Amino acid sequence: MSTLDTKTAEPAAPAATGRRTPRGRRRHPRRSRTAGHVPFGRRLRRDRTLILMTVPALVLVVVFNYVPILGNVVAFQDYDPYISTNGVTAMLQSPWVGLAQFERVLSDPGFWHAVENTLVLFLLQLVLFFPVPVALALLVNSVLRPRVRAVVQAILYLPHFFSWVLVITVFQQILGGAGIIAQTLRQHGHEGFDLMTDPAVFKFLVTAEGVWKDAGWGVIVFLAALAAVNQDLYEAAAMDGAGRWRRMWHVTLPALRPVIALLLVLRVGDALTVGFEQLLLQRDAVGPGAAEVLDTFVWWTGLRSQDFSYAAAAGLVKGVVGLVLVLSANKTAHLMGEQGVYRK
Amino acid sequence: MTQSLEANRRPQATRRPARSRWAAPARPVWEEPPGRAGLAAKGAVLVLACLAVLVPLWIVVVTSLSSKKTITETGGLVVVPRDITFIAYQELLSGGQVTRAAVVSVLVTLTGTVFSMAVSILCAYGLSRPGSLGHRFILLTLMATMFFGAGLIPTYLLVQTLGLTDTYLALILPSAVSVFNILVLRGFFMGVSPELVDSARIDGAGDLRILWQIVMPLSRAVIAVITLFYAVGYWSAWFNASIYLSDQNMMPLQNVLIQLAQKQEIPVGLGQAVKAGNLSGLAVQMAVMVLALLPVAVLSPLVQKHFRKGMLTGAVKG
Repeated sequence: MSTLDTKTAEPAAPAATGRRTPRGRRRHPRRSRTAGHVPFGRRLRRDRTLILMTVPALVLVVVFNYVPILGNVVAFQDYDPYISTNGVTAMLQSPWVGLAQFERVLSDPGFWHAVENTLVLFLLQLVLFFPVPVALALLVNSVLRPRVRAVVQAILYLPHFFSWVLVITVFQQILGGAGIIAQTLRQHGHEGFDLMTDPAVFKFLVTAEGVWKDAGWGVIVFLAALAAVNQDLYEAAAMDGAGRWRRMWHVTLPALRPVIALLLVLRVGDALTVGFEQLLLQRDAVGPGAAEVLDTFVWWTGLRSQDFSYAAAAGLVKGVVGLVLVLSANKTAHLMGEQGVYRK
Repeated sequence: MTQSLEANRRPQATRRPARSRWAAPARPVWEEPPGRAGLAAKGAVLVLACLAVLVPLWIVVVTSLSSKKTITETGGLVVVPRDITFIAYQELLSGGQVTRAAVVSVLVTLTGTVFSMAVSILCAYGLSRPGSLGHRFILLTLMATMFFGAGLIPTYLLVQTLGLTDTYLALILPSAVSVFNILVLRGFFMGVSPELVDSARIDGAGDLRILWQIVMPLSRAVIAVITLFYAVGYWSAWFNASIYLSDQNMMPLQNVLIQLAQKQEIPVGLGQAVKAGNLSGLAVQMAVMVLALLPVAVLSPLVQKHFRKGMLTGAVKG
């Protein structure tokens, strides 16, 4: 394929995506003339530096993301960590129990309680957290002065970079039993309160912490989408007599739709993972009744109670359901005509 | 075509030619000026949102700088600063548990970030040429990990089997590579003008040299953002330390903060100072928090204007 061909083949495709591009992109000088016919040996010699460059990352990913998948065999065993400090030896010598661990997990009320907490938290965050960045983005976008805008953005982004330890400690200082609000109330003769250890409001507290930490950060994506809206559309709409609100409804929101769909897909695919670190840090204060989610359940049963096989089985159930969720969420997005996380 | 692309990419620049950076740019003629009520409401919401972030931080900083007397008088946290003192910081940073933890955190963050960046940049460049041998296979191998996790228990057993427990490598290696970050970098590297790369190649430059002298200098902004992402990741991490390290003396700053804040302990070695002197346990706790948030609060605004690049490019593009 000649250089000219590639030019006409992809008009103005910015930073092409690779998978769909015909082989002979002109980025690679020597390939363009003989695309598809280069013998393996020559390609290997040509690209060996590139391949070598990916090796360190590839090794790390294979070792820490793929190899542990094999470790899930302990879910089908009665793993005994005291056989040997070497996990492989211990795995080889532990007895096989088939699906017994899964039966235990699925008939454990504690597990189902964790599932319930996970789903309630997910829904709560979907309803109370998800719309906040969109609204904030519309607000920030309407600020015209660049400096004011930059300052507002800097302030709103900041909490995203704080660790969960910090965020929760800050909340404790404000809303906790010794926090500033309870303390002020007590000084004025009212009764104090401790929101941090109250199971009744705990799920709202978790959502509020999430909003405080990440709602500002979520604005970026929407701001970028807003900046990409063709301004002529607004002008044309205004010429046709559309007021501010109608312009927002008919121009701005349709422009945001793909981004919103993508983020929803990501969120739904991640439904079973709701703030592991965040909840683990507060589990002791509020008790497992309100704070136990699937991830903390695995942590507690596995690493605390040393029941590795049982925890691995619970983790595997979560992982498989999670994978199905991501894939079906993507499928839904594609069916809706939106771009998912990956392309088909 | 190119013109409209340009306009799409930078609508603010074309729509709003800035005179002074504080002055309001001209409003397009078709846009009706906002009413007073609307303007006031918008301003109020934005100010409230900013205060919700700033006020808690203010209280933390002021309390960390307050003397025991002030803290006792106010009954706890201090909002209005009175007789500022740096005694909490002096005590914390003159050796002991917190000093050690801070040094550990700084070293782990620096080493980890440099390592992660080196690995990620090399990999991103290696993948930046679609059609190269193994390109698709490697890319898919990396991207597949974004859809599943191996699980906590198997990962723990692996780290144990590799003998990494109770070493600082356990804080770096398992989380060293973020596929998302690699994809973002790759997206940028692919955007570098091919003519430039080709001309360097014709002049005899190899891939490493092209990466170092052409691609990296042109991608400074995104490299800054990804560096920040990695650094914040290492700085904020506490979970791996809590499961892989057993020696309290090896713990990084976040884990010490958990002990102080959640369990209301006083740092080892400071008990005497707190009991005897005019040092408040609360001020100590707040000072540790300030130490933990300071680097992040200083560094992140510096890279702020490039955040958008780090969030969007590459992540969505396969």
